[in-house]
Amino acid sequence: MKSVIDIRQLSVEEIDGLMEIGRDIIANPGKYSEKCRGKKLATLFFEPSTRTRLSFEAAMYELGGNVLTMADAQSSSASKGESVADTAKVISCYADIIAMRHPKEGAPMVAAMNATIPVINAGDGGHNHPTQTLADLFTIHREKGRFEGLTVGFCGDLKFGRTVHSLITAMERYKDVRFVLISPDELKLPSYVKNTLKEKEIPYIQTRDLLLVMPELDILYMTRVQKERFFNEEDYLRLKDSYILTPEKLVEAKADLCIMHPLPRVNEISVAVDSDPRACYFKQVLNGKYMRMALILKLLDLA
Amino acid sequence: MNIDSIQDGIVIDHIEAGKGMEIFRLLGLDALDCQVAIIKNAASRKMGKKDMIKIAANIPVNTDILGYVDPGVTVDVIHNGALVEKKKMELPEKLTNVIFCRNPRCITTTEQELPHIFRLTKRETREYRCIYCETKSGKA
Repeated sequence: MKSVIDIRQLSVEEIDGLMEIGRDIIANPGKYSEKCRGKKLATLFFEPSTRTRLSFEAAMYELGGNVLTMADAQSSSASKGESVADTAKVISCYADIIAMRHPKEGAPMVAAMNATIPVINAGDGGHNHPTQTLADLFTIHREKGRFEGLTVGFCGDLKFGRTVHSLITAMERYKDVRFVLISPDELKLPSYVKNTLKEKEIPYIQTRDLLLVMPELDILYMTRVQKERFFNEEDYLRLKDSYILTPEKLVEAKADLCIMHPLPRVNEISVAVDSDPRACYFKQVLNGKYMRMALILKLLDLA
Repeated sequence: MNIDSIQDGIVIDHIEAGKGMEIFRLLGLDALDCQVAIIKNAASRKMGKKDMIKIAANIPVNTDILGYVDPGVTVDVIHNGALVEKKKMELPEKLTNVIFCRNPRCITTTEQELPHIFRLTKRETREYRCIYCETKSGKA
């Protein structure tokens, strides 16, 4: 494992290994507090994503390492026209590992092809965000103790929601998983993701009605209808309130439902749901930090 | 219509009718000094109609381009008027700077010097995807 750009690069065994490290970090935090002493993580964020950047930085600090940060592309070399390839080569001289977020799809791959140190994709436009998927997988596994046999519902923007595509891709490798895709017609899962499900004969249903399918779900993954993914503001305004989760809508849900959301939320989960024990989205944030710690350790050969 | 056979050079044969000009353009044959003949809609027992390109010089041809545009073509190498080699094409696994990514969100739109690389992702449907953003060739 040199760089992690796409969740599909990681085998089921490698994901199991990272979750194992994550569980050990939770059980024995002291054992890991000095593991990265003398190591530096460079967080290169060419578009703002404060929570992801802070998660990486918190992960590195908890491992006893240091952080070099470039949080604002406006003040960086990119604004002077430096290429991603050159930036990666330069940062390789300063740091031991890079976490990169970039608005252009494929930028972290270009960085990984040119860097001499490991690169972690911290999100490239609407394309990949593997550490979010690791956070999602770890949350599901911690809550349910398994991946096999789960009915996983995705609700909201399934067209542009990259977290949804990545999690489906990661989950389809496990046995007897079933997907329930809940969205307005305009934001349905893209056909290329559905085609893969069809080819692999993985059961899924598509519906516009969240309430109708609620009792079946083991996992409900809510997503935000993101303004930045639309070319047209009119479409965004029309669709953004399509699916809002409230305590009333959860009446028919399973007692052990796990409600997830990649955050930040706008209004798609009412604040009243936060006190429901089935709400797992803040645990997801914490699990994200543990998986980033595990990944940093693994990529630096310190696990 | 007769076109002289060549003594030394290359014949790109069995091109699907209509694709000859595209191959001519992609191989950059307009830049050559030697004689080049494009024959469109030639009679073919196997194909009914076919295109052919004859080049009166033994130049290296990019077999990735030929394999991508029409994997059925053959390349005959002629030396002293005799056929010395017949090459069959295959769908290339990787294409570099043959086709270009049209996804406006792809890193290749801002990094001008990056090579546009596509990988064969589905042989049955001849599907190629950009290695950076995974967009299918020909799609935005």
